[in-house]
Amino acid sequence: MIAFIVRRLIQSVLVMLAVALVGFALFHYVGDPINNLVGHDTSLADRAQLREDLGLNDPFPVQFARFVVNAAQADFGISYRHGRPVEDLLVERAPATLELSFAAGLFALAVGLPMGIYTALNRRGWLSKAFLTISLIGVSLPTFLIGILLILVFSVWLGWLSSFGRGETVQIGWWTTGFLTWDGLRALILPSITLGLFQMTLIMRLVRAEMLEVLRTDYIKFARARGLSARAINFGHALKNTLVPVITITGLQLGSVIAFAIITETVFQWPGMGLLFIQAIEFVDIPVMAAYLVLVAFVFVVINLVVDILYVVVDPRLRVGGAAGGHGS
Amino acid sequence: MTEPLLSVRDLRVEFPTRRGVLTAVDGVSFDIHPGEILGVVGESGAGKSQTGAAIIGLLEPPGRVAGGEIRLDGRRIDGLTADQWRKVRGREIGAVFQDPLTSLNPLYTVGRQLAETIRTHIPMSERAARARALELLQEVGIPGAKDRLDAYPHQFSGGMRQRVVIALALCAGPRLILADEPTTALDVSIQAQITALLKRLCREHDTAVMLITHDMGVIAETADRVAVLYSGRVAEVGPVDDVVNRPRHPYTEGLMACIPTLHARPARLAQIEGSMPSLRAIPTGCAFHPRCPRAHDRCVAERPPLFENPPSAAACWLWAPNADRTAAVSAPS
Amino acid sequence: MTEPAARLDEDPGLHRVSRLRGALWRAWDSDILYSFRHSPVTIVAAVVALVLVGTALAAPLISPTNPFALETLDLMAAFTPPAWTPDGVSEFLLGTDDQGRDMLSAILYGMRISLFVGAASVVFAMVLGVGLGLLAGYAGGWVDALIMRVADVQLSFPAILIALLVDGVARGILPREVHHDTAIWVIIFAIGVSGWVQYARTVRGSTMVEKNREYVMAAHIMGVHPVLIAVRHVLPNVLGPVLVIATIHLAIAVITEATLSFLGVGLPPTEPSLGTLIRIGNDFLFSGEWWITVFPGIALVLLVLSVNLLGDWLRDALNPKLR
Repeated sequence: MIAFIVRRLIQSVLVMLAVALVGFALFHYVGDPINNLVGHDTSLADRAQLREDLGLNDPFPVQFARFVVNAAQADFGISYRHGRPVEDLLVERAPATLELSFAAGLFALAVGLPMGIYTALNRRGWLSKAFLTISLIGVSLPTFLIGILLILVFSVWLGWLSSFGRGETVQIGWWTTGFLTWDGLRALILPSITLGLFQMTLIMRLVRAEMLEVLRTDYIKFARARGLSARAINFGHALKNTLVPVITITGLQLGSVIAFAIITETVFQWPGMGLLFIQAIEFVDIPVMAAYLVLVAFVFVVINLVVDILYVVVDPRLRVGGAAGGHGS
Repeated sequence: MTEPLLSVRDLRVEFPTRRGVLTAVDGVSFDIHPGEILGVVGESGAGKSQTGAAIIGLLEPPGRVAGGEIRLDGRRIDGLTADQWRKVRGREIGAVFQDPLTSLNPLYTVGRQLAETIRTHIPMSERAARARALELLQEVGIPGAKDRLDAYPHQFSGGMRQRVVIALALCAGPRLILADEPTTALDVSIQAQITALLKRLCREHDTAVMLITHDMGVIAETADRVAVLYSGRVAEVGPVDDVVNRPRHPYTEGLMACIPTLHARPARLAQIEGSMPSLRAIPTGCAFHPRCPRAHDRCVAERPPLFENPPSAAACWLWAPNADRTAAVSAPS
Repeated sequence: MTEPAARLDEDPGLHRVSRLRGALWRAWDSDILYSFRHSPVTIVAAVVALVLVGTALAAPLISPTNPFALETLDLMAAFTPPAWTPDGVSEFLLGTDDQGRDMLSAILYGMRISLFVGAASVVFAMVLGVGLGLLAGYAGGWVDALIMRVADVQLSFPAILIALLVDGVARGILPREVHHDTAIWVIIFAIGVSGWVQYARTVRGSTMVEKNREYVMAAHIMGVHPVLIAVRHVLPNVLGPVLVIATIHLAIAVITEATLSFLGVGLPPTEPSLGTLIRIGNDFLFSGEWWITVFPGIALVLLVLSVNLLGDWLRDALNPKLR
């Protein structure tokens, strides 16, 4: 178990280094950082001096090493567009994105899981067919369109909910939260549904497919032959076996929630990291792009690691220590 | 004669498909008496497993019992509701399936799966159920059972797993065990152990067994009586000794010729020409007639009923009360 | 069996006709078409997809106006609501946008662009993925390890993020002046690069299996060129799965393009796809001009939904496990 985690950790570090290399290459080769930092009237000598000061004349490996060391200390340089340290911008924006992603993930799981179980257990029911149809439409609706339609109906036509920003927030240390005010919670409703809907349909379809697969297995048939109650079979046996693959994919989906937050944040003008990133792309603000990339990669790597560990906890076959047990005939 | 424990009459199992209805089991009848081991033998596709599935109410949809009746202790059990079935399965009829690798839930310890089954049928505390589970494991011959209670299925070998499966089938002390190819997936050396175990346990608990297999050797060794199935129909049924030594149906005869015996080794292993018809194209009359060396006009035109010929019965016109069998017996095979 | 054939031989014409009829009947009766005939949803989806693709292709012929012809634009007609509303004009069935452009024409042309970008991205991803998959499966060793590692890492990020990043990098590399002209190719490249992994994995798997078949080994020994072996023996085996992936990928590619365009990093307003149209309309959502957003949105959803339905059906029909 320990060896397994160590191995995964090393792999994670390698992935992070690879992503850092991409981020660094962005820095290094895309556009000229100097041009972005100074005005047109700066003299060539000043430019050269700045170049030397920033270490842009050092050999590639040295620069890369500096980039990695700085990144490890959460130092990503100065945003071309905002003229402020990128890490400050990110810290400022992170709570908005994380709270939105959390709410969306919660919504997706809380609705998708029961719907998936229901449709697997009642395959031919009309409600299952309705759920499946909804899920197919959900998969076919681009996130931004869901947001726009929700705004159109609930903000423009009905006027019930707000369509942009976080509403009233409360400052706790450096963290700003929208969870503590009615206004903040109301502002969270439409964006989190928008962001969570696609994941919800995915989770539902996945749970359904996996559960149908499990219900076809011999051990479920054997459990029936033992006279176990439908409840014990469906929820004790089938669900637990279903959850093994579902955990993996749902966990990985959690990462893409943060990525899809880019779109939702644009639609709702939600002041999170995604909005920062999309503006960075528009204005070719490389330090912000690189930092966001490294950050998202980090989140992904952590999620992957946690998912792997959870997997081992749930499935005894993967517990390396246990498999050594006797093999009599 | 005692009342049969299980009585199947004219059982018919159908599978509606998009190209018409397939009849997997077509008018099968047999009895199992208390404590008796009935072997059900036939090639794959002969309807053995579908018959078994119908008896424990686990036909895979769209399969359905389309006719006939199944009685357990005189009570009809075909057409029970899902809730009623649950009180029969495990409690009155236990089951052992072919592949012990896939019969157990990989995520739970065997102790947990045993205790769960016990408590489903017999109200008792978790502790008592665990003690009973341990007893069962010991009874089916798991060495060091006490330590293995908390082991996961993947930590057992195939043979040991099948023992666990048998323990699971015995949990609630059923009066009948349906064993569907219980040894097919196992190594030959372990097969004999498992059959012997099954036989011993059933004698000790006075449990009847419906032993489904394609292996005539297993039947000859284990069963008291045997039913030979062909194309979803009973070809012959009777005491094992009688059927093995004096097969009446030409199909059984061919089947017996396939097993070499110690006493009378045939010059060469016989083989029945052709193969069993597919369910989509069952011949008219006797389903065996295209392959039968002794088929005549009547076999093509008319389906033979089971003719009683104590102690056995065979569904073959040769055994009709006034048939001329001499010609048949002397005919070359 | 031989008897009727012999009789038919006497009349070659009859023979040919009945053979053709037999072949047609077999095709009609095959499992794939059977599942098609018995799935009304799939038939509807196929019809909708055909109609959408057809009208998009024929947009220059059938659309009421040419939305790109600036001289026909009439700013006075801007923000005309759909024809059935009180202020609507029959000339503009679905209303007009802020430039006075006819929405119906804009949607037809927009769909054309969306479909072109989607299809081109799919083809690009397919060529890239199938090629790399064949290479990985065939070469093995470090080539395989490298390609599949990259695939693994890429797969752990959502495609939209990869596409955004590639798009962003391309914008950084290319001079700002050419952004408008290159936008369509940049976006095809970005979406293609973000989607090759699925193809590569599938093809690599089958390649590894086929590689060890006797006839492939025999061909190898006979000195047939590996590329030829791959094209002749491996490709036919992966055609089915690749087709399924491509269909579902088309839906994803259309969504991705629309999303990028909506985010403002895709196609420019001078060359509007459905996503760009929705982005334009989004600005007028609060002032009540809902039709500028909603109609392109409906067109997009219909397109993606019908393609998704076809993909779903194709996957089930080609998957023997589910039959």
